[in-house]
Amino acid sequence: MRLMQGTFSSLPDFTDVEIMAQIQYAVDRGWAVAVEFTDDPHPRNVLWEMWGLPMFEIADAAAAMLEVTACREACPGQYVRVTAYDASLGRQTTALSFIVSRPSAEPGFRLDRQEMSDRRVSYSLHAYAADRPSGERYGTEPA
Amino acid sequence: MSDPGQPVPQRGFAMPRPGDRDSAAPEVPEAPGGSAGAAQSAPVPAPLAPGAVVDLDAEQRSMRIGEILDRLDAEFVGLAPVKTRVREIAALLLIDRLRQRYGLTSSRPSLHMCFTGSPGTGKTTIASQMGMLLAELGYLRKGQLISVTRDDLVGQYVGHTAPKTKEVLKRAMGGVLFIDEAYYLYRPENERDYGQESIEILLQFMESHREDLVVILAGYADRMDTFFRSNPGMASRIAHHLDFPDFTLDELVRIADLMLDREEYRLSVPAREAFREYVALRMTQPRFANARSMRNAIDRLRLRQAGRIVAAGGSIRVADLVEISAEDVRASRVFGTGDDAVADDASGSAEPDSEPGPSS
Repeated sequence: MRLMQGTFSSLPDFTDVEIMAQIQYAVDRGWAVAVEFTDDPHPRNVLWEMWGLPMFEIADAAAAMLEVTACREACPGQYVRVTAYDASLGRQTTALSFIVSRPSAEPGFRLDRQEMSDRRVSYSLHAYAADRPSGERYGTEPA
Repeated sequence: MSDPGQPVPQRGFAMPRPGDRDSAAPEVPEAPGGSAGAAQSAPVPAPLAPGAVVDLDAEQRSMRIGEILDRLDAEFVGLAPVKTRVREIAALLLIDRLRQRYGLTSSRPSLHMCFTGSPGTGKTTIASQMGMLLAELGYLRKGQLISVTRDDLVGQYVGHTAPKTKEVLKRAMGGVLFIDEAYYLYRPENERDYGQESIEILLQFMESHREDLVVILAGYADRMDTFFRSNPGMASRIAHHLDFPDFTLDELVRIADLMLDREEYRLSVPAREAFREYVALRMTQPRFANARSMRNAIDRLRLRQAGRIVAAGGSIRVADLVEISAEDVRASRVFGTGDDAVADDASGSAEPDSEPGPSS
């Protein structure tokens, strides 16, 4: 099951040219671009590991692309995303966030139903990948 | 960080990586909208027929080369070798573009440069223009100038240098990285100096990201020579060694004229003569710093003019505020007669005209 999170998640995966164009757009607006990665695909897992510090002072998307490439190589079989933070007053939030790299096989999620008192049912999402310890979740050896 | 140019083992994931441009990863699926191989080149129209004729002048106009070079000529006095080189670079970029249209191979030339010359010959000024110039010519994507010295590149403890240098390089991507007084990067007297590490990262980056940034080293000729002798890799990776000649008397006067113009001052006719004499005398004195000395001289002329006007009192007209008289110029100590409170020549530590410590 293809993980759909962030901007452009309904589109086919971007090529590097397209990723660079998006990053350039963010950089041109003065947003701080950062690279993050994770191997826990749960939709409520919003705080991913940071790959280095956000890039505050770059002018060209090629610089951010360096970090994307480095992160992909260091974390194969993990999700990598690019986020752009808009620090302008009144917004001060992540303005853009999209996945730039994903594992080749994504096992998806299971819906857990839990019987509670009075026949109430609580639901939770369980990622199959999370059954295995972190670092071994997508059939790769620990990084 | 591993070199993106090296093929990486395919470990089962679906997106093409920048390193996978060649046949090293045949199983990478062709992504919609073009492969990663097109990353660097803009969409190129179909090549022209071999018999087609292109109007060189029209092409030149479309790149606005003439305009750019004219501006360079207008804004900078002298500096003939520099202008020639910029002209050549512009011509090469134009020819490259035409070759591309005929479907011939055109590789991006390496434009890393080294500026050498005496103090005040315009090395920094030209470097700051170079970024914009190359961006307008379509060589650089952004053309911003990141000006750094040893402090910005070299760290203070083990493992601090590499991230620091890379951070600077990332900021400079798409533009010009200007390293002033580059020879301070290399300290032969201390073999554990971190400068060497910084130089190695620079070298690797200059080679592998030639299309992303232009590195300009600047400094005084003799020290740069020593620097290159101890770092032959650096010398060979820099294609353009530009020597900035000292300005002649006429050029210095013209530079001063331009500076005065920009600040809306004017020399009276006798003042102009006196100023010419002043420049001729000043050139022979120690610690003469070409255009920088002109800038300082003008600042002092303004001081004296202001002092004279205020001391005279009474009513004034706008012409009085603009005009610098001969007595303002002649009051300078360079003439050996004046006893102006503001020193002009090399005398004492408060000397405003002297070079900053390391360069004198």
